[in-house]
Amino acid sequence: MQIWQGPIEKIDDYRWRIPKSYMTGMRVDGVIYADDRMIEDVRTDKAAQQVADVATLPGILKYSLAMPDIHWGYGFPIGGVAATDIEAGGVISPGGVGFDINCGVRLVRTNLKESDVRPKLKELVYALYNDIPAGVGSKGDIKVTEKEERKLLVEGSKWAVDHGYGRQDDLEYTEERGAIKDALPDKVSERAYERGKHQSGTLGSGNHFLEVQVIDEIYDEAACKVFGLEIGQIVMMLHSGSRGLGYQVCDEYSKSFIRCLSKYNIEVPDRQLACAPVNSDEGKAYLGAMKCAANYAWANRQCLMHLARGVFEKVFGMSPRDLGMDLIYDVAHNIAKIEKYNINGKEKLLCVHRKGATRAFGPDHPELPAKYKNTGQPVIIPGDMGRNSYLLTGTKKAEETFYSTCHGAGRRLSRTAAIKACRGRSIAGELEKKGILVLSSGRETLAEEAPEAYKNVNLVVDVVAGAGLSKKVCRMRPLGVIKG
Amino acid sequence: MDRYIQFSHTSDIGVRVFGQTLEELFENAAFAMFDIIADLDGIKSTITQEFELTSQNYEELLKAWLDELLYNFYTKNIIFNKFEIVKLSEDFISAKASGKPVADNRNRLKTEIKATTYYNLKIIKKDDYYEVDIVFDV
Repeated sequence: MQIWQGPIEKIDDYRWRIPKSYMTGMRVDGVIYADDRMIEDVRTDKAAQQVADVATLPGILKYSLAMPDIHWGYGFPIGGVAATDIEAGGVISPGGVGFDINCGVRLVRTNLKESDVRPKLKELVYALYNDIPAGVGSKGDIKVTEKEERKLLVEGSKWAVDHGYGRQDDLEYTEERGAIKDALPDKVSERAYERGKHQSGTLGSGNHFLEVQVIDEIYDEAACKVFGLEIGQIVMMLHSGSRGLGYQVCDEYSKSFIRCLSKYNIEVPDRQLACAPVNSDEGKAYLGAMKCAANYAWANRQCLMHLARGVFEKVFGMSPRDLGMDLIYDVAHNIAKIEKYNINGKEKLLCVHRKGATRAFGPDHPELPAKYKNTGQPVIIPGDMGRNSYLLTGTKKAEETFYSTCHGAGRRLSRTAAIKACRGRSIAGELEKKGILVLSSGRETLAEEAPEAYKNVNLVVDVVAGAGLSKKVCRMRPLGVIKG
Repeated sequence: MDRYIQFSHTSDIGVRVFGQTLEELFENAAFAMFDIIADLDGIKSTITQEFELTSQNYEELLKAWLDELLYNFYTKNIIFNKFEIVKLSEDFISAKASGKPVADNRNRLKTEIKATTYYNLKIIKKDDYYEVDIVFDV
């Protein structure tokens, strides 16, 4: 194993600095959120170098940030956050959003208790597995014409709700109400349309999943009351993104943005960091296309939730409304957003890249639904399939990270290392002993996604809570898992 | 010489591809990608497709070639397993790929590759062969 040899200086218990003197071209310091235990893990791959690389982006403000679930990506580290000053020529980088544009998670509550679900767990998980298309290149039942798809790209979740996939109030509890404004369907290529056409309402594969979970620890009683959650209660979490449409959008713009580097006289250490000023024609075109892919992802998660509600209805013989299956929230964790910040007393419009990081607005933020004004924005943190997941809320202190926090456990082992470590073992069998039923369509998915392939999510969450970037609300553990 | 080996990458899949010639390197890179996507053992090709692509340099051409194959896999549902580079220069590639429809071979599918990346993409000339590292987003 190669250990990264660059400088990492301790700032305080939860923050570490890569000084901008480390590398020519860095415009700001890198700052990694981690504790003493986790920082050693950070050195074992090239993620820290990627934090330094991101610090070279034109217009980057304050620091190149990484959340404690940081790990090695391509271009940006996973867990990376970078905000650029649009007026000062700040850039947008398709690689800083990633291929899976608006990959994200949503959490749905139920009125059910563990004792209601246990006896029917097998039936429930098999029915979810049957009714929710998952796996490599899977196709959904939701067929749309090209004209409809253009509408879907503009309207996002609302398109899904208008077509019978869910209810109006689901929109209230989705980031951006499930559609970012000013999406430009003309900036999405034929090829992207083609790749997205058959994939609405499909989960995908790899780390995408749907889980039935039980709340096993409460930290914030008051917030739980607002969200309608208590100990022993069943919730459903789902993790998916923009499928082939988003991958194709990112791919094409990453390619064309390489030409922008010479056009706008930008130097970056890796082609995957190719970027263009947000205000350039190229920047605006990408942003318009990225919004389409983001809206597609929201519509997709809305359709998936609808399918899952239908399964619960079938298995428990009660309507989703009677089962109390309300959406708590839906958050994106691969996205670039145009947001306003006060920088040294001046209001500025920034382009905030969150590559494997979650937006986390604190209480009273104007973009929150009225019901969440006092709690702050719900932040959903999926862990691995054998340990825990969390519900957190945003804080005002998170302004220091451009209202961003972690997005999951973060991988620790490569997929090959995980498969090697699991050779000769039955991961499904091991999880079953812990009371977790797992079904997967991919042959090697279970080994690749084995709990030990991930960092301990409990430690990751302790860091963001300790640093004041988020507040713990409750912890969940999985009962049933379906994977692609 | 191996056609390719996998190297450790925390979140994605990395391959180091080898070839005696640039043509062979391009063929083996395509093979590596489909070897990750599906179980290619014993697949008999029934379809052949021809490709002509242009780009600015060998690295970008390599990525364009892999992207083109990936796009065809996802939209035409063909598992490619044989590749032949007919003509290759710094800005142009003409190639053939043969494969079989996914149709009743769904159980052969293993990994969803979302895309190929430019990350650290550099073709290196060794004494008597070429190699390149490619990271796939999965």
